[in-house]
Amino acid sequence: MSGDVLKVENLSRYFRVGGFRSAGTLHATDEVTFSVAPSEIVALVGESGSGKSTIARVLAGLYPPTSGTITFEGERQGKTSSRKVRGRMPMVFQDPFGSINPVLRVGHSLLRSLKLHRPELDKSGRAAEAISLVEKVGLLPGAEVLRRYPHELSGGQRQRLGFAQALASRPSLILADEPVSMLDVSIRIGLLNVMRSLRDDEHVSVLYITHDLASARYVADRMIVLYAGRIVEEGTTEEVIGAPAHPYTRLLMATAPDPRLPLAHDTDVQDLGEPPKVINPGPGCRFAPRCPLAMDQCRLSTPTMVHLSPTQRAACYAIEQP
Amino acid sequence: MTTPILEVRDLKVEYTTPAGPALAVAGVSFDLAPGEFLAIVGESGCGKSTLLYSIAELLTYPAQTVSGSVRFNGVELRSLPAEELRQHRWRDISVVMQSAMNALNPTLSIGAQLADACRAHTDWDDQQIAERSAHVLSMVSIDVAHLKSFPFQLSGGMRQRAMIAMALLLEPQLIIMDEPTSALDVVAQRSLMRQVENLRRELGFAVLFVTHDMSVVSHFSDRLAVMYAGEIVELGGTRDVFDHPRHPYSSGLMDAFPSLVGAPKELLGIPGNPPSLVNPPQGCLFAPRCPFATDECREFRPELITVNGRAVRCHLVNPRSAV
Amino acid sequence: MNPARRLGRALFVAWVFLRRDKKAMVGVIILFILLVISAFPSWFTPDDPAAYAYTPGIGLSWAHPLGTTSFGQDVFSQLMAGTRQSVMIALVVGFFCTVLSVAIGITAAYSGGIVDDSLSLFTDVVLVIPTFPLVIVIAAYLKGASFWTVAFVLVITGWSYGARQLRVQALSLRNRDYLLAARARGEASWYVICVELIPPMTSLIVANFLGAALYAIIAASGLQFVGLANVNTEAWGTMLYWAQNNEAFSAGLPLWALAPGIMIAIFGSALALLNYAFDEVSNPALRPVVATRKNKKRAVA
Repeated sequence: MSGDVLKVENLSRYFRVGGFRSAGTLHATDEVTFSVAPSEIVALVGESGSGKSTIARVLAGLYPPTSGTITFEGERQGKTSSRKVRGRMPMVFQDPFGSINPVLRVGHSLLRSLKLHRPELDKSGRAAEAISLVEKVGLLPGAEVLRRYPHELSGGQRQRLGFAQALASRPSLILADEPVSMLDVSIRIGLLNVMRSLRDDEHVSVLYITHDLASARYVADRMIVLYAGRIVEEGTTEEVIGAPAHPYTRLLMATAPDPRLPLAHDTDVQDLGEPPKVINPGPGCRFAPRCPLAMDQCRLSTPTMVHLSPTQRAACYAIEQP
Repeated sequence: MTTPILEVRDLKVEYTTPAGPALAVAGVSFDLAPGEFLAIVGESGCGKSTLLYSIAELLTYPAQTVSGSVRFNGVELRSLPAEELRQHRWRDISVVMQSAMNALNPTLSIGAQLADACRAHTDWDDQQIAERSAHVLSMVSIDVAHLKSFPFQLSGGMRQRAMIAMALLLEPQLIIMDEPTSALDVVAQRSLMRQVENLRRELGFAVLFVTHDMSVVSHFSDRLAVMYAGEIVELGGTRDVFDHPRHPYSSGLMDAFPSLVGAPKELLGIPGNPPSLVNPPQGCLFAPRCPFATDECREFRPELITVNGRAVRCHLVNPRSAV
Repeated sequence: MNPARRLGRALFVAWVFLRRDKKAMVGVIILFILLVISAFPSWFTPDDPAAYAYTPGIGLSWAHPLGTTSFGQDVFSQLMAGTRQSVMIALVVGFFCTVLSVAIGITAAYSGGIVDDSLSLFTDVVLVIPTFPLVIVIAAYLKGASFWTVAFVLVITGWSYGARQLRVQALSLRNRDYLLAARARGEASWYVICVELIPPMTSLIVANFLGAALYAIIAASGLQFVGLANVNTEAWGTMLYWAQNNEAFSAGLPLWALAPGIMIAIFGSALALLNYAFDEVSNPALRPVVATRKNKKRAVA
């Protein structure tokens, strides 16, 4: 769809692993295709090993893609992203304790971002903008917070700072790599609300990467479910949560800890397995070893996407074509 | 009424900081019945891990237990000399730490570490050690071949289960768990909790479980204690506390969870930050953040009062004048 | 905050910290005294150190607290005059060794790949060569070395140990999220290295400097003792050279040999004591909470 902020087509990223003898190729992500519209929050949901962080890092320009294309704001991206693109698509990291330089004041990286990406501002303009940015994410009083060192802020405050920093370069899309996973559950809501206000008030899209379905439901407009490097299901939030089509999505729904769901819900789910390490994979659905509905066909060839509605699709042979 | 296996009375733990002593555990009291699963829930910094380590007598400087009593099966642990305390360790009380990667020795195989633990606390011969190690691994559904594996060769979920296997070696009466699921993905988390529950039913040990994410324990614990700033503010049957939280902090916490069911609605969480433990407020520790705080709350510290099996530390729930 | 106030505040915090750590305090005091002596030696030299004017061969006496040499020079004055040479060589060599270690070690860690492999190989080769024999060989080749020659020789043989240490620490910091974050926001590589990578490594870099300075004073004194440096300067090692050559011990003038040796030991100890203390000064998270007016106001809020 034109007008999309981000369009990713057949993106793959492989890593060489092992030494001389046992070299193999780790398929971190494989032929992933999706898009993000303006003012939209899209959640990339998956467990560890699903490839969600790899996708974020490729988009942020930290690794080049092995194959596939990335089109951002209408322009095809080359192997490395330019500074301008990095400004328009910044990343918020997962670890509130590792993502800020401990020996520099908190305002430093914010002012640097402003200097690199907002050349129209002079020194006092930058200072004023920095204060306004931290106050937008709920850190008050702005001027005082900017003078602190990272260890004087709590985890939740540091993550808010991460969003302020991302905002500094007037982005159209923020890549949020598990921004709340390392925070206490009671603090997460504050950050999730910050993301919502960024979408609603600042008209910034967010690609929200997480393993937590409930928080994805809370903020996202659309959800993409990843398993072992491939997309297994995609749709609007109501569709994926209300009527999950892929067996893996159903497993995630059943095992997500939610006090309001009675426990009986998961007694029919017997699975205790783990996602595979995808080194030198063959054809076939990667979820087949754990899937209660697996057929012979699933092990022989990779399922293609079945469209269940204009917005929902899933890659599974067990789904009936509507 | 059976004798509780653990009786904690007015336990206080202080941290020495450059700014003065910080009271991390401010007088905690509770009982644990044999075979009971008690979950302790709270934000970072509320003192729950400190409480756990104090009970297990594992605190080191700058933390120290300054007063209170911890009785295990009637024996006062705090006054035991080190040698006798060692007798209780692992045999009667064992500990599962938060991150297996930190707690397991990366240079020894799982089997070697299990053997280590056995040799430290028993005088079994190699044959018995091997049998017991294989038995505990199978109890946590880990293939016995992994006795030879090193921790980095196992996935996160398997490492945590190996930790639990180690804790079960001597069939203790009480297992203390410090956020064992926080580093795991959702599916691994659920499978670990199910495993713990099955083992508890089979072997009958009690569990003291600390976490910041109460949804993890909501289907498994018998009772739930909510901690704030070093104090227990609510304690009661798990389902009860979830469905009808009485302390404003507990209900604030329940509200901070986005859910997968029900209509989507905006959640607010609990604004503000926990109080300074060096200079705590005079009255109720939660008053500065409480939407219902009155002048009385700000002036007088509420006591933990039990009514109908539910203990709540709040003037609005248990008014002072009624006492 | 302007740079002058920033420096002032940093020194204040360092001072508060040092006050608490007795070892560091002793090291600082010793260093400070030595620095004063090297800056103003004439305050401490009652007699002209070079003049052969005094009665030779006296032991301890009021006029000459450490006695005189066989040539009639006052030992104490010589000792004080020699401080400057010795302190200077330690600081100069320490500085340049550190610069080289930082440049090579950190570049190797940050670049990775073939640059890292070749720089590491080079570092390891230099590291493995026995230092002191190499120093002697080079100094002998350069014949009668001046201060700068000696310094040069010590720097090219002394940087490799620090380079290895710094490379390892830089490697461990390299994948921290805040460095990735700096790259992700579009910073140039040199900026990431200088502003984001090096500052958290300050404590190790300073420790390196102190270690290199310690190496320098011992090695330089060794060279002077062996006679490979200019024997006509006043330095502690040179005093040892002359004392040895004139058999100070059997001539009944033990202080001539002992005094410079003890000074070398004291200087070395001061450097070592400070070495222990440096970690906290550079990492703000470990700093003691200094009760300044600002902090007091914040605590109430």
